Amino acid sequence: MPRAARKPKLAVWKFASCDGCQLSLLDCEDELLAVAGNIDIAYFPEATRTVLRGPYDVSLVEGSITTAHDAHRLHQVRRQSRRLITIGACATAGGIQALRNFHDVEEFTRQVYAHPDYISTLKTATPISAHVPVDFELRGCPVDKGQLLEVLTAFLHGRPAHVPTHGVCMECKQRGAVCVLVTGAAACLGPVTQAGCGALCPAYGRGCFGCFGPKETPNPVSLAPRLAARGLTPRDLQRLYRSFNAASEPFRQEGDRHGG
Amino acid sequence: MQHVGAEPPDPPALRHTADRSRRIALDQCAAAPNADASRMPPAPALLTRDGLDALLAALHADGFRVLGPTVQDGAIIYDDVVRVADLPVGWTDRQDGGSYRLERRDDTAVFGHTVGPYAWKRFLHPPLLRLWRAEPGADGVEIATDAHAAQPMAFLGVRACELQAIAIQDKVFLHGPFVDPHYKARRQGLFIVAVNCGQAGGTCFCASMQAGPKAEAGFDLALTELADGFLVEAGTARGAVLLDRLPHRPASEEEQQQAAAIVAATAAQMGRHIPDAAALPALLLGNLDHPRWDAVAQRCLSCGNCTQVCPTCFCTNVTDTTDLTGATDRTRRWDSCFAVDFSYIHGGAVRPAPRSRYRQWMTHKLASWVAQFGTSGCTGCGRCVTWCPVGIDITEEVAAIRAAPAPAAAAPAAPQSPP
Ligand code: SF4
Ligand code: SF4
Ligand code: SF4
Repeated sequence: MPRAARKPKLAVWKFASCDGCQLSLLDCEDELLAVAGNIDIAYFPEATRTVLRGPYDVSLVEGSITTAHDAHRLHQVRRQSRRLITIGACATAGGIQALRNFHDVEEFTRQVYAHPDYISTLKTATPISAHVPVDFELRGCPVDKGQLLEVLTAFLHGRPAHVPTHGVCMECKQRGAVCVLVTGAAACLGPVTQAGCGALCPAYGRGCFGCFGPKETPNPVSLAPRLAARGLTPRDLQRLYRSFNAASEPFRQEGDRHGG
Repeated sequence: MQHVGAEPPDPPALRHTADRSRRIALDQCAAAPNADASRMPPAPALLTRDGLDALLAALHADGFRVLGPTVQDGAIIYDDVVRVADLPVGWTDRQDGGSYRLERRDDTAVFGHTVGPYAWKRFLHPPLLRLWRAEPGADGVEIATDAHAAQPMAFLGVRACELQAIAIQDKVFLHGPFVDPHYKARRQGLFIVAVNCGQAGGTCFCASMQAGPKAEAGFDLALTELADGFLVEAGTARGAVLLDRLPHRPASEEEQQQAAAIVAATAAQMGRHIPDAAALPALLLGNLDHPRWDAVAQRCLSCGNCTQVCPTCFCTNVTDTTDLTGATDRTRRWDSCFAVDFSYIHGGAVRPAPRSRYRQWMTHKLASWVAQFGTSGCTGCGRCVTWCPVGIDITEEVAAIRAAPAPAAAAPAAPQSPP
């Protein structure tokens, strides 16, 4: 008797993160049923208590590596995963917690905890790709659910995912928003940030915060005088780049350039 | 309007009529194919402001989706308009490289502004179009399309540079070996009410590109805003028929002179210039290794804004995506030669460096477009200058290369730059 085609097994793993990216998957609502119909959700503690044993066909990994224990656990995840996709700014760039990379973590623990000696943490928060090979990195803080579905579908169908690496400006113009930099309404990182959100903030009159990290061939050095002309001090500029993707290389360099 | 009654100045940019023939001829881009000179009114008419409301009402009554300038998010944006009050009455704009500000006028001019970020291209060549969707059906695969526009459109307030841009895109999409059915469906039956510019913007240089500021062809009706009304010229028979239905009277000799003076003053007021635009193909293609390309690449963000706002840029990217229900969508989206993947072929991108991407953009607009389509790809609308976040100015880049060109005879015989 022919065996029924086995559904691919999906696992969703969490490291240092806020769960927002995993929630994007649950947030898929209508499409979630289609997802569930096409895959076995084998490990997803946020969604179900059921745990199927590995190996897994696709692992979604959220969060960055901030402890030695997590680094060890990540290697176990990689060993059990045929494909490993990282989701979100934490997993792809270290996340907001990578701000620790610019300072002395022991000093922080001394300030915050009554018994800092109980805290065992690494000096840095690092992306998953700094520890294990990654098959695909999906950016965003949080990821865009449309892009998440696209990447999952692409992997399930064995085709390349359409996730453009050009800047936010292209999406901004395509949705018909008015450039907040040019009208002077806001400081905006759109011209150096990768697309993916659909230019959400500029469409509501806000500047881009850089959630999707640096775009292909970014040129923040050229953008800097433009932002400074809006009254941003070097410290403001540094802070603009030191957020969710502070440790991604082009943003790190640009942040470092503006002391404060 | 401030220029009414002013001594008509000698518009310097129009005086040397360098290759006026590059301007696309009326018969190629007329808004309606049924031009019939015998039915046109003998002389321009005068329409009151109420008459403009009547024009809007008549277009709606004829079943058009009427689009015109509106004030939105701090800019002039083309959108649906029903009555004159929807238009930017009493507004103007101040534009410079990388800067755009809306300002109040001290009068109630309706068209006292210049062009905003979005060209009419948005409606004729939409940024996002699902070409078709294929779904598993009872009898195999079912294919559906929703890409065709349903309602005929009327554009109100089309400037001379924009008429030229539409004529250029007509050449690209309708008059080449491949006709774009989606453009054609939107373009057919389009009713165009042009407006002669009463002032030039800070980044305008249509006069240099022989594209304005007077609407000379490709419209059904053309308005010039006077102190208390609009001088109206009909460009097609259906324009004349529509005008006949509106309350109007013949324009006086004086009103016609006023209108001519306004356009002449605008021509003399251009914020930017490119002298001798006809010489650009040889200049730029003969300077492909000019150090200026390196200098501009230092500044360029490769954000693509210039291509997205340009009324003639036509490039798109088509993607097929499957979803988990078994359906497939084929989607077309505006693309840009500033994106790395734009030039991706097996093995990598042909233009990985921003330098080569900027050079592609500028040489295509001003030089290789001429070989490809027989006109310049630039109308001098100034959008790419205003909406560049770092204010890179195509006229300044031309001037810099011109100031120190490579030794002569470097120009290649045949430009080859596919889009
Ligand atoms: S190249 Fe610039 S000035 Fe010329 S038509 Fe395009 S946007 Fe307008
Ligand atoms: S290749 Fe030409 S038409 Fe296409 S986006 Fe670039 S400049 Fe515009
Ligand atoms: S010229 Fe300006 S608008 Fe065009 S890609 Fe470069 S920075 Fe962006």
